[in-house]
Amino acid sequence: LPDHTAVADVRPRSSLSIALAGSGGAGVMTAGNILLEAAAFAGYYALMTRSSGPQIRGGEAAAMIRISTRPVECLDDRFHVLAGVDWENVHRFAAEIPLEEDGLIIGDPASGEPPAVFAGSGAALLSVPLGQIAKGVPGGRANMVLLGYVAALLGLPDAALSRATGSLLGKRPAALEASLAAVAAGRAAQPADRFISLAAAPATSRARWLVTGNEAAGLGALKGGVRFVAAYPITPATELLEWLSPALASVGGVLLQAEDELASINMIIGGSFGGVPALTATSGPGLALMTESLGLAVAAETPVVVVDVMRVGPSTGIPTKSEQGDLNIALHGLHGDAPHLVLAPNGVGDCLQTTRWAVTLAESLQTPAIVLSDQFLGQARAAIDRPADPPLAGARLRAAPGEDDYHRYALTGSGVSPMAIPGTPGGTYTADGLEHTERGTPSSQAADHAAQLDKRRRKLESHDYGDLWADVEGTGEQAIITFGSCTAPVREALAGGGTTLPPTRLISLRLLAPLQRGRLAAALAGVKRVLVVEQNESGQLFHYLRGAMDLPADTTSLRRPGAQQFNPGEIRRYLEAWGRA
Amino acid sequence: MNEQPSPTVLVPNDYKSAVKPVWCPGCGDFGVLNALAKAMARMALKPEEVAVVSGIGCSSRIPAYTACYGFHGVHGRALPTATGLKVARPDLTVIVTGGDGDGYSIGGNHFLHACRRNVDLTYIVMDNRVYGMTKGQPSPTTETHWTSKLAPHGTGVNEFHPMAIALAAGANFIARGFTGDPNGLADIIVEGVTTPGFSFIEVLSPCITFRPEQKDWKKAVRPGNLSSTADPTLAARQIFADDGMNLGVLYAGERPPYQPPMGRASKGIDDLEAQFTL
Repeated sequence: LPDHTAVADVRPRSSLSIALAGSGGAGVMTAGNILLEAAAFAGYYALMTRSSGPQIRGGEAAAMIRISTRPVECLDDRFHVLAGVDWENVHRFAAEIPLEEDGLIIGDPASGEPPAVFAGSGAALLSVPLGQIAKGVPGGRANMVLLGYVAALLGLPDAALSRATGSLLGKRPAALEASLAAVAAGRAAQPADRFISLAAAPATSRARWLVTGNEAAGLGALKGGVRFVAAYPITPATELLEWLSPALASVGGVLLQAEDELASINMIIGGSFGGVPALTATSGPGLALMTESLGLAVAAETPVVVVDVMRVGPSTGIPTKSEQGDLNIALHGLHGDAPHLVLAPNGVGDCLQTTRWAVTLAESLQTPAIVLSDQFLGQARAAIDRPADPPLAGARLRAAPGEDDYHRYALTGSGVSPMAIPGTPGGTYTADGLEHTERGTPSSQAADHAAQLDKRRRKLESHDYGDLWADVEGTGEQAIITFGSCTAPVREALAGGGTTLPPTRLISLRLLAPLQRGRLAAALAGVKRVLVVEQNESGQLFHYLRGAMDLPADTTSLRRPGAQQFNPGEIRRYLEAWGRA
Repeated sequence: MNEQPSPTVLVPNDYKSAVKPVWCPGCGDFGVLNALAKAMARMALKPEEVAVVSGIGCSSRIPAYTACYGFHGVHGRALPTATGLKVARPDLTVIVTGGDGDGYSIGGNHFLHACRRNVDLTYIVMDNRVYGMTKGQPSPTTETHWTSKLAPHGTGVNEFHPMAIALAAGANFIARGFTGDPNGLADIIVEGVTTPGFSFIEVLSPCITFRPEQKDWKKAVRPGNLSSTADPTLAARQIFADDGMNLGVLYAGERPPYQPPMGRASKGIDDLEAQFTL
């Protein structure tokens, strides 16, 4: 490794990426969360994702943190700092932690050499006797020493770091005192030379949030009116449920743990039939189990919301990594012609608005909505501006008591018919997955089938979805269409492209079904060529769009399977090559 | 016409709809529908405050034949649907109906967990030991040696024992009725509905089309031969000595039903948002 004095570039950077790593129990995640929160308290935007070994408990772990003067909702191309509490099995994260050539590796010489895979990057080594320093602090631990050292290296203010440490460890005063002392000892160990510099935090008067996508989705559900949740635990959706359980109770709702996903989807259908807006959260394997009953919710016109926090598939796949591979099943997985809603949040904070909108739409249109979040959005914790959360109009149309000759599935102009809620006199009917007449009586007549199919399609297609259907940004004769967690790296690639890229429009689809063909065509007016960016192996969005509408002949696909997110640099490089093509 | 209408006394027919059942003439399920209507009339339930929930199969058609709210869902999932409904709407009386295939085969896992969870539901299973709607295949309660097109040499598989399973899994009320005795069955349904927690009622309901020999059940059943107990040990002893033809209440426990509190808000959404604000 080069001597640390070789590091000379101390230009203030608007964005710095730091990876903290170590073996299980080393306290990497605690240190990472404190560093993230300290950066947030200091006024920076920030994002943290985590990676861990296959062990249930005690495996090696890495906290990947990005700190920036501008809003960030994805990781950067490379890391400037890799700091190891120790190096045990940390080589496993090599693919996830590419280092800058002029990056820094920080480690305790007592833990041995850093893994060769990192040492070969050209990064310089800063040796810090973490263990020895920790021993000098009663109750001190090496992770806290490292935290103090890294925070000082970045120039994060003392007050922000102490506040963050108190925020995370304040419930245990003894641990807090020892931790603060260890952090201070780490700060004091920083070398006299500056190696790296973070530009000053932006001045802002806007409220900032520190939140994960799963938490934001849970809050969006409650704001949309959800008061009943039934679910079965599954990675990476579990935290959404664990956040919702006490939160629901505090607003007068309830969460029921189901015996499996077949039960959870039917439980929420039952709750919603009873008039209570209902939701479940799951991941791909659970969504697969739910598809039969989602068809029931379509036919019986029972509103429900399913948040699918997508992970790598098929089958068990890679439960802890992200992929946009469930688009096909969300769009097409239901048997029969079963029109329903598919939405996708396009950022950590947007999980709030999109989930809330999904609840509002499902309730208004009496149909199921699938929200395609993903592991990255769901589990990333981000310091962001308070997310957009505009008021949304729309609610379930209920039948009034004592209606004469009530027809649950009446063929109304909009396709939406008043729903009688059990308890309503004069409204009794049987909700049915069997095809039925307007009254709800089972029918095998072709005319009834055609009429009800048309009703269920019409109510979705004739609804005015407003401006939320997509985020449309920029101008130019070329456009990128994407969705979900691919949006942030694309947006950043375009923003950082400068003059090397031709002007490019970004269309990030929030409403995937029903596809807003007219609006999308209008957003593409004058566009000569289109690039569809997504995180799956087969190009599911690309093929969906090509099949659904006319796009410019020059429409290509940029896609990659999951387990590794796109970063802005590779998209920028692709766009530069595309520009020369 | 300024008089206040006097409180209407509802009779069993007031709990039936005008929809004509799809069942074969002589089907046992007619008797169950009658008994259910009688039971609701005896309890003076308001039809709009009752929900009848079912899955798929001949007997699962019952909801539409009642004048109550009904939910006819997918195969095997009646219990979760009803559980969600009851937990979300504890004010409703929720009755679940279905057959042996729906409840014990495709829905078997839910049966276990509904017994265990003990939500205040009444589950009426019309057991005819055959899949009728798909025209004569063996179900979990079909006798080992009963031959059919699908299993020409018999199933070779031991029969499922629903009452023993219900007892072991924690159902709070377990009984057996016979469709040929609608008054006795109505008594059992009333007791099941009024006993808090999960009430499981097995009903012998012959399929005269695919199991014509079940016509003889009316001679084989022994009304009142099960003696109700709150002691699961005594109930277990009875059930393992039972040949499936003893009628009555086997077990009526005192376990409180599972009903998470709902509707008492202690916080506003703004309080929840505050946790994210830096």
